[in-house]
Amino acid sequence: MGDMSQTRIVGTPALRREGIDKVTGGARYIDDIALPGMWHGATVRSNIARGAIKDIRFGAGIAWDEFVIVTAKDIPGENCIPLIVDHDQPVLAETQVNHPEEPVVLLAHPDKARLHEAVAAVEIDYEPLPAIFSIEESEQQRTIVWGEDNVIKHFLVEKGDVDSAWLRAAHIVTGEYHTGAQEQLYIENNGVIADWSEADGLTIRGSMQCPYYVHRALLRVFDLPTEKVRVIQSETGGAFGGKEDYPSMIAAHAGLLAKKAGRPVKIIYDREEDLAATTKRHPSRTRYRTAVDREGRLLATDIQVDLDGGAYATVTPTVLSRATIHASGPYFCENIRIRSHAWATNHPPHGAFRGFGSPQTIFGIERHMDQIAKAVGISPEEVRRRNFLAQGKTTATGQEIRDAIDLPGMLDRALKISDYEAKRLRFARENATSSVIKRGIGVVSFMHGAGFTGSGERYLNSLVGMEADAAGHVTVLVSSTEFGQGTNTILSQVAAEALGLSCEDVSIAQPDTQRVPNSGPTVASRTTMIVGRLVQDAAYALANILREKKLLGEGYSAAGFRAACATYTERFGALRVEARYQAPKDIFWDDAAYKGEAYPAFAWAVYVAEVAVDLRTYSTQVVNFYALQEVGRVINPLLAAGQIEGGVAQGIGYALYEKVVWKDGRMSNSQMTNYIMPTAVDVPNIEVYFDETPCEHGPYGAKGLGELPHDGPAPAILNAIQNATGINFTSIPLLPEDMYLRMVETPEPGTMETVECVK
Amino acid sequence: MSAAKMQWPEIRFKVNGAERSVSVPPMKRLLDVLREDMGLTGVKEGCGEGECGSCSVLLDGVLVNSCLVPALQANGCEVLTVEGLATNGALAHIQQTFLELGGTQCGICTPGMMLAAESLLRKNPQPDLDEIREGLAGNLCRCTGYMRIIDAVRRASQTPTSTAASVREETVRK
Repeated sequence: MGDMSQTRIVGTPALRREGIDKVTGGARYIDDIALPGMWHGATVRSNIARGAIKDIRFGAGIAWDEFVIVTAKDIPGENCIPLIVDHDQPVLAETQVNHPEEPVVLLAHPDKARLHEAVAAVEIDYEPLPAIFSIEESEQQRTIVWGEDNVIKHFLVEKGDVDSAWLRAAHIVTGEYHTGAQEQLYIENNGVIADWSEADGLTIRGSMQCPYYVHRALLRVFDLPTEKVRVIQSETGGAFGGKEDYPSMIAAHAGLLAKKAGRPVKIIYDREEDLAATTKRHPSRTRYRTAVDREGRLLATDIQVDLDGGAYATVTPTVLSRATIHASGPYFCENIRIRSHAWATNHPPHGAFRGFGSPQTIFGIERHMDQIAKAVGISPEEVRRRNFLAQGKTTATGQEIRDAIDLPGMLDRALKISDYEAKRLRFARENATSSVIKRGIGVVSFMHGAGFTGSGERYLNSLVGMEADAAGHVTVLVSSTEFGQGTNTILSQVAAEALGLSCEDVSIAQPDTQRVPNSGPTVASRTTMIVGRLVQDAAYALANILREKKLLGEGYSAAGFRAACATYTERFGALRVEARYQAPKDIFWDDAAYKGEAYPAFAWAVYVAEVAVDLRTYSTQVVNFYALQEVGRVINPLLAAGQIEGGVAQGIGYALYEKVVWKDGRMSNSQMTNYIMPTAVDVPNIEVYFDETPCEHGPYGAKGLGELPHDGPAPAILNAIQNATGINFTSIPLLPEDMYLRMVETPEPGTMETVECVK
Repeated sequence: MSAAKMQWPEIRFKVNGAERSVSVPPMKRLLDVLREDMGLTGVKEGCGEGECGSCSVLLDGVLVNSCLVPALQANGCEVLTVEGLATNGALAHIQQTFLELGGTQCGICTPGMMLAAESLLRKNPQPDLDEIREGLAGNLCRCTGYMRIIDAVRRASQTPTSTAASVREETVRK
């Protein structure tokens, strides 16, 4: 299966399945749907970071009898959104709030316009408690806001003997790197519609990535049996991780209002509420201490990873896991120690965002590699070349690389594509005589694990269904969702290829927990590789049933398939198959020691960024961007390139534009006016290239690629800025004002570098 | 409520070629009139403050953010929304190139983005790359990185009619 054999549909730019609906305006997102008798819901939130709730008062001037009002006392089941940690984030705060914008009271009214003033008229009295807003405050443990020590999760990865390596070092290079929070900024805000009836229970329609996460949460919040909760994904206008866990919260809110109101209730966040109240990428601090020999070979690396998790655990333990495993980069080192902690603060909980912890630590290691190169006196590309992982070598967790990956070859190709050597020489020459515009070019190499970490896929135990009707039309039944990344099209291509049909002969069922099995959440670059493989397996199983009944031969036409389906249905009834995940036999993972095969496969990449820094305005323009990646077989080159380009643009935003400004734990720039993402003018020409080495685990050799492109751009851009200016900038986002302050504080280029020369 | 509604003055304007009239508060956002009173839900709201461009429509041929336009201002005007781009079930050229070249991913910015492209191409049928970027700069897309959208606009400016297969072949780099 992991082959590059001739395919008809896999490898072609098949049209986006739901594309016509999207270009005609016919696609129905949640705010485009209205149910008969529907009311509108709104959320009253905390306006302090931490405190005990003393009283809730409903102010004068509002006809409160027209409203449905819900507090924590109305919750029939557990007041908790279950995800990883038990007794985590409450649905509604009852006795204490732990971050700004925490939900406390819900209101519903038939007229949406009346809700705004009603929300403002609810007064909550608090007894304030001390709050903390940074990794540094949390690790000092003077104020404890979580458990006994503020530690939401920690990991220790140890390989070899780090401590004995320092004496053998020619150079020891230390560095500390910081990344800020980043908003997913899907253009469609979060929203759901809940409907309640005693007979059918609770039905949720909404914008989401993971219908079965919402389903599981609602069973507990409403204390209902499985069949009394139904979750349906509507067309979803972007997600990027931001609709992984929070839709469970909004669904619970709308459900509580609908149950009490006895009618459907819609909650749609406006942009300000979505920005201020929902999840962001975890801010991070990474510290590296690295011993290298005279040639720049890594002898030992001691790494500390610290994340700001916010006030509740939510997905933070798994974000920290991915951050930890990716912290040593695509490099071989015999001695590695990684100590990582996720710290609780009184920010709203940080959550999933494309890359899921890896952009933070890849920023650290890729900035650090450039500082090692400088200490040793070799080029950034050479220090990477001398240390690359290769087939047969082991990662930090002891995973032996089985892919025939050729990172030196990829590096050569990326340097050639970008004309790197010539540009580096030309920029050095030109910068010497230009006092205003400084040009630079930077390179990074990185890898990204596809699928859930360690034993995660085994626990998910994903199931895919497939049906064929009497007319031979095939329907794929998965809970995997489309939110722009191409799920519908990719899975159609895989099913059509495997069945010898065309894409038009295949439909993807709308994700609806009453109709589709649980194929797992749509996260972690797992849909093409893991779910796609199950779709391929189901397709083979379906054709085999027809063969077993002697209705199909080994080779058949589409017309033959249709005839076989007609006969089968007439004689035997519905034709339906399932395919369940089976863990590859050679994958071992030790959760306690954090050792083993962290991922069934990695995608690999080398990215090059070219920048121009204007020393009058301190602004940086990315002039060109080159993205080369090895992602296994590319199922759809058009959609794959679109994924890479979109991820690179988000990475440019992460590096240069997108700054969450915190004030007492609350995002104070919660508008698109002052949280700035890149426009069509800010994004350079992005050249995308694929190396395709088939992977045995994915359908037709495919691996996951969705998160990969967010990992590389930020360090590539800052490496290029260091090449342009000589300054080692260690924090993102790097806005013009940040660059200005840094250059004024330390006007001598390079003085921030901390390089110890031992010998 | 219906009694109150009757008190509002009638606002008349042409939407996608058809005469329409509504009685709504004159300061009601054109965005809400189009979505709620006329059922044109292809017009999207992304930010409500004129930053993202998802609610873009053409008002007498001028690209506007309909979240910033009071209904009264549309009185006597012609409005074009995404629903008015296709004619007799046939996709407009710009819709065809967005579809074929990967100009739409999640689709939420697509209606506004196509109207920005339409506005640009009406003013400047042969824009260069910088002019395309400038013409789309008021419309945010979080999915695509704009590359495929720029391709779609460039392609729409180059060919009066499209042939799906040839368009797709060209756009895919190897």
